[in-house]
Amino acid sequence: MKPVLRILSRLGNATVGGVERLGFAARFFAAILRQSGTSVVRPGLVVKEIYQAGVLSLIIVLMSGMFIGMVLALQGYETLVRFGATESMGVLVALSLVRELGPVVAALLFASRAGSAMTAEIGLMKTTEQLSAMEVMAVDPIARVVAPRFWAGVISLPLLAALFSTLGIYGGYLVGVRLIGIDGGAFWGQMQAAVDWRYDVMNGVIKSAVFAFAVSLIAVFEGYDAKPTAEGVSAATTRTVVTSALVILALDFVLTVFMFRGGVH
Amino acid sequence: MRPKLKSCSYCAVQRNRSKPDTILRMTVADASISSAAPAASATSTGVDAAGALPAKACAAAEALVELKNVSFGYTKDRQILSGVNLIVPRGKLVAVMGGSGCGKTTVLRLLCGQIRAGGGEVLVGGRSVAAMKRDEMYAHRRRLGMLFQFGALFTDMTVFDNVAFPMREHTELPDEVIRDLVLMKLNAVGLRGTAHLKPSELSGGMARRVALARTIALDPQIALYDEPFAGLDPISLSVVGQLIRRLNDALGMTSILVTHDVAESLKIVDYIYFISEGKVVAQGDVATIKASTDPFVRQFVDGQPDGPVHFHYPAKSLAEDFS
Repeated sequence: MKPVLRILSRLGNATVGGVERLGFAARFFAAILRQSGTSVVRPGLVVKEIYQAGVLSLIIVLMSGMFIGMVLALQGYETLVRFGATESMGVLVALSLVRELGPVVAALLFASRAGSAMTAEIGLMKTTEQLSAMEVMAVDPIARVVAPRFWAGVISLPLLAALFSTLGIYGGYLVGVRLIGIDGGAFWGQMQAAVDWRYDVMNGVIKSAVFAFAVSLIAVFEGYDAKPTAEGVSAATTRTVVTSALVILALDFVLTVFMFRGGVH
Repeated sequence: MRPKLKSCSYCAVQRNRSKPDTILRMTVADASISSAAPAASATSTGVDAAGALPAKACAAAEALVELKNVSFGYTKDRQILSGVNLIVPRGKLVAVMGGSGCGKTTVLRLLCGQIRAGGGEVLVGGRSVAAMKRDEMYAHRRRLGMLFQFGALFTDMTVFDNVAFPMREHTELPDEVIRDLVLMKLNAVGLRGTAHLKPSELSGGMARRVALARTIALDPQIALYDEPFAGLDPISLSVVGQLIRRLNDALGMTSILVTHDVAESLKIVDYIYFISEGKVVAQGDVATIKASTDPFVRQFVDGQPDGPVHFHYPAKSLAEDFS
């Protein structure tokens, strides 16, 4: 085969394979929704997974939020002081976190910490025939294993993003007000006046909810679809982190285009 | 609403709720090998030759599981099974033997409905597994118990929770009854003392016995064992083998044992099918197999390195490769 044809053939195969996988993921998502009854009837299953995915991610999310807020305040001061607008630091920190950094960075951290763990766990359950064993015991693994983890991710991430932003703002306060010496009243007052509940906060919550669906679906899908070998689970875990990161950033761009239009409320 | 399931173990426990010693003794007497005579005698089905006759004799007993001319391949190019006929009478312990990759496990997966036959029929209790709808399939699987090759215990649960898992999923039994039942099942495999441990804290042989306890958790009608002896030391191997035989008899199950461990299987099974290259190449009861002069059976039973099953994977001639 000629090199050009070979390249075209590979491209065609990759495209068909990609579309096929996307279709499988869509059907998998539909199956999760259909099999979510067990998670509703037995909320304990979801709560256990919220502990694994959410509570155990708290440290990394809270610490990252705090540091990012502190860095934002330091960098913001550098710029704002040139224009004599250091009182606006509260607004800068809060809007950056609530609109963008909170949902996006929390989702990236969640994908790395909890998403990869979900993929590895489900992938290993598949490798060690635990999912098959469940199936043979007349227990649907999607209802018993996948759906609770998916919903735990969907519930946990927006809460983690909210905590991320809260700690970030507090970190900004510590650096801006306590360290640099900006007036505390101006910091909080300007923030309260400029940050709109629906336009800024709710849009941020919507973003993190969308990311939560995307990351959780990618994590459980990659685990369920992993090749049942050590190499397969390793590759699936990597794919979860990489695909989640790309999807989060792409979705963030699309959502930002629709949500924020130059301050037009 | 989950269906209510009252197994015979459940009834027995209910009758003896106030007598915990009695509950535990029931399983000790019925199944545990700790105080029982060692080997179970392999019962003859009156078959005298590998070939067509044994199938008739086997069919004379009530067939609970039947494979009729079954074919299956994961890809179109490579058939794993081609025209397999196999009968498992009710109450018997039947072994399906053959080399690695010959399609033994595929037989079990067909029976569980995890895969569907490309041709022929897989019948369980006279019902075609392939024709079962989702609800029927789940009802069918609740009547099965399967022991996976490496146990497939849930690693995030304790031994107790692993055995309790099918009971919690499929019954409305109160916690205290489940507790008694789980301890009964664990006692039957001699591991009541490990209830609080995690699977990672067990040896391979112990994990296999816990998996065996989970397999019989709901007193299944049919027990399927996928390579239960793989990787076990001689003591564990013998213990697991005897348990499989005694549990089959004590619980009135019908069992299918997929293995390539000839020595252990010949001690415990009623009937043996040999599969090679996707076909049943020999069958018979233990005495028949031991006395068989069939080259395949002899190679397998005596562990000869070369014979109908070649030592070398097909390749170019030595002269070509080393020239």
